Amino acid sequence: MTLHNRMKLEFLGLPENVSFSRVVVATFASQLGFTLDDLEEIKVATSEAVSNAIIHGYQNQPGGVIRLESCLGNDWLEIKIEDDGVGIANIEQAMQPAYTTCSERMGLGFSFMQSFMDEVKVESAVNRGTRIILRKLVKVNNAHSMTEH
Amino acid sequence: MILEFNSAREILLVRIKGEMDMATAGQIRQSIDNRLQQEKIRYLLLDLSGVTFIDSSGIGVILGRYRNLNRTGGKAAIIKPQVVVKRVLETAGLQKLIPICDNEGECLRLLTGANH
Repeated sequence: MTLHNRMKLEFLGLPENVSFSRVVVATFASQLGFTLDDLEEIKVATSEAVSNAIIHGYQNQPGGVIRLESCLGNDWLEIKIEDDGVGIANIEQAMQPAYTTCSERMGLGFSFMQSFMDEVKVESAVNRGTRIILRKLVKVNNAHSMTEH
Repeated sequence: MILEFNSAREILLVRIKGEMDMATAGQIRQSIDNRLQQEKIRYLLLDLSGVTFIDSSGIGVILGRYRNLNRTGGKAAIIKPQVVVKRVLETAGLQKLIPICDNEGECLRLLTGANH
């Protein structure tokens, strides 16, 4: 699990920053041997996690800060997305497919993160915030080791 | 994000260009709902050929409009999403509810049963 590269971002939880954050993460991830399909999946997963922080963590109230950190290893990507919002009382329930507190989002957010990433971990404390950790491995036939660059 | 509307004989065609995420979902939802309320629409065709990104917020807009139309006996279909968008739609299982077609004529035949 050698770390080869790392970046950190801090931005306000505003809808216009969802697109910004997913493009930054996908650009960073492109340093590894991910396919274009993989990069699209990384964009969707990042978009879901950041949208979750804005919509649920900060209840759509402007001013909340989102911290995003991403690390690259030899053949893996990790993305951490953190907010200081209301937190999730029941993580298991929140991660159920189709569970939603917002009728227009259909409860697909965590389903997409789970479908498009290899590992999804959620840490949360009520009224303190939520951290979502997403991990994705480069598929063996696409892998080009960072050390080979 | 750009929206173009064309309507005739209970059919509303909406061409969406750009990204469908939480930053654009509200505007898309409101604009389509306004047209659906103003006109007597039974068939909603969503042309996604110009959509370059979609996530669950965008899918929520499509499913929400489909459900509203469905309650009044209406139908919806999606026209020609790009490959990356189609993969996300299929991951959500959207094609089980809303047909995805290659062109407007195919969509209309499916929805209305008539030749267009």
